[in-house]
Amino acid sequence: MTEKILLKGNEAIALSAIRNGVDGYFGYPITPQSEVMETLMKEKPWETTGMVVLQAESELSSINMVYGGACCGKKVMTSSSSPGISLMAEGISYIAGAELPCVIVDVMRGGPGLGTIQPSQSDYFQAVKGGGHGDYHCIVLAPASPQDMYDFVDWGFDLAFKYRNPVMILADGIIGQLMEKVEMHPVKPRRTDEEILRDAPWATVGKPASRARNVITSLSLDANTQEEFNRKLLVKYGKIKENEVKYIGYRTEDAEYLFVAFGCSARICEAATDMLREEGIKAGLLRPVTLYPFPEKEISRLAGQVKSMMSIELSLGQMVEDVRLAADGRCPVGFYGRQGGNIFTPEEIVSEFKKFNNIA
Amino acid sequence: MKEEIIIAGFGGQGVLSMGKILAYSAIMQGLEVTWMPSYGPEMRGGTANVCVIISDRKISSPIITRYDTAIILNQQSMDKFEKSVKEGGLLVYDPSGITRMPERKDIRICSIDAIEIAAELGNAKVYNMAVLGAYLKMKPLMEMENVQKGLEKSIPSRYGDLILKNREAIEKGMERVKSISDNI
Repeated sequence: MTEKILLKGNEAIALSAIRNGVDGYFGYPITPQSEVMETLMKEKPWETTGMVVLQAESELSSINMVYGGACCGKKVMTSSSSPGISLMAEGISYIAGAELPCVIVDVMRGGPGLGTIQPSQSDYFQAVKGGGHGDYHCIVLAPASPQDMYDFVDWGFDLAFKYRNPVMILADGIIGQLMEKVEMHPVKPRRTDEEILRDAPWATVGKPASRARNVITSLSLDANTQEEFNRKLLVKYGKIKENEVKYIGYRTEDAEYLFVAFGCSARICEAATDMLREEGIKAGLLRPVTLYPFPEKEISRLAGQVKSMMSIELSLGQMVEDVRLAADGRCPVGFYGRQGGNIFTPEEIVSEFKKFNNIA
Repeated sequence: MKEEIIIAGFGGQGVLSMGKILAYSAIMQGLEVTWMPSYGPEMRGGTANVCVIISDRKISSPIITRYDTAIILNQQSMDKFEKSVKEGGLLVYDPSGITRMPERKDIRICSIDAIEIAAELGNAKVYNMAVLGAYLKMKPLMEMENVQKGLEKSIPSRYGDLILKNREAIEKGMERVKSISDNI
């Protein structure tokens, strides 16, 4: 029996963490995601599941506490918004370099700099292409509803542990603040020490006589060792691309025109798609659910089917570069975006669509 | 069925919680719902508003610019949202916060003196529920039984008295709502 309650996206992240056996949350408040920690503090999970919730003195501390917890094989996470994620970038690179699992939530706001507290999707490059230094990728999931926020925490930890890789849930101010009905799935207990030994044999939990010392580091001064490690990461990213791509097509079967959009933009484009269909224009929508790995094969396939594509984003145009790479010149790829916390309406998308496609 | 509502007033008037109780009532009635607040600097001492969409089908865009109903609690919101009500739609307002009366002729307009109801009930906090009552009377989409459940879901049970007071305010709002123009 699942419970249905009305939750903000941010609250859904917090309750999902408690109910999915997360061991620790370390964070620092920032709009528009402060309800994540507020909800955790209100729920006091340390009294029920034993989950640690700690407000660190900064984002740098938060991400390094995550680093420490992850070394011990624990399910640990943090959340922040754009400027805070920039501060965490060094730690995220180290976690990727040490091959550790964790979940990082970015509820994006407008930038660069301190920018605005209003919704934005302008951290796509940062999330998908790196953010920190070095050849690495986070697995990036893009929720489009509070229900997704709830579900992606557990999914994120599954992926993080499967690949020993940081997972980022890339939401935005709308999805964080929006309240909708959320189905709360049954509770998953926190892992026992025995289960950690079984699921994370690499964890530094004290060396038994039966095995060699587990070492966790992101430092290898020898060029050949480092290169070998980089190639190992490449193989891992290849497997992730092979197995974990997820997208949702909406009215794409017979589509002659395609929107590509993620998160809140995908929902607005869904409304725009319906409006165009009512006028007899065969529009469709591809919503990447994983941004890394990117659904490049599906976009490539659709590039052979449609007359044109448009990437619709709350940015100056970031994901559009990956859409163009995937389409590889086989159909025109346009872009429309809003910035600064302004949000496009379905009507606006329809009008921009018609301009791009020269439809009166 | 799809009902797109904007509730707008000053921060502190209970705009967001009115939306939340309405949203919870809709869930209790088995409907889909989204609740999207304005957030940001404009909330500090300025206007606060929330969009609530209620539908019997999955809701796509939470961002809307035209409304079936506008519930208006101050002049700034009247200036901003009167023009955004769809033709044939509904505008509910509290005259105490309004200096310029609404002028549209192609929508239904009604007023509710919610401050008076809150004063009679001796609790300023139930002001927003009197307004909600007026709306529920004009658009009877929700069964009272589900509104009651919505209240119970939104207000912790230790405030049982407050649930009762809110219910009373809703009922008084339903009784006292005044049609200003019903020419359509």
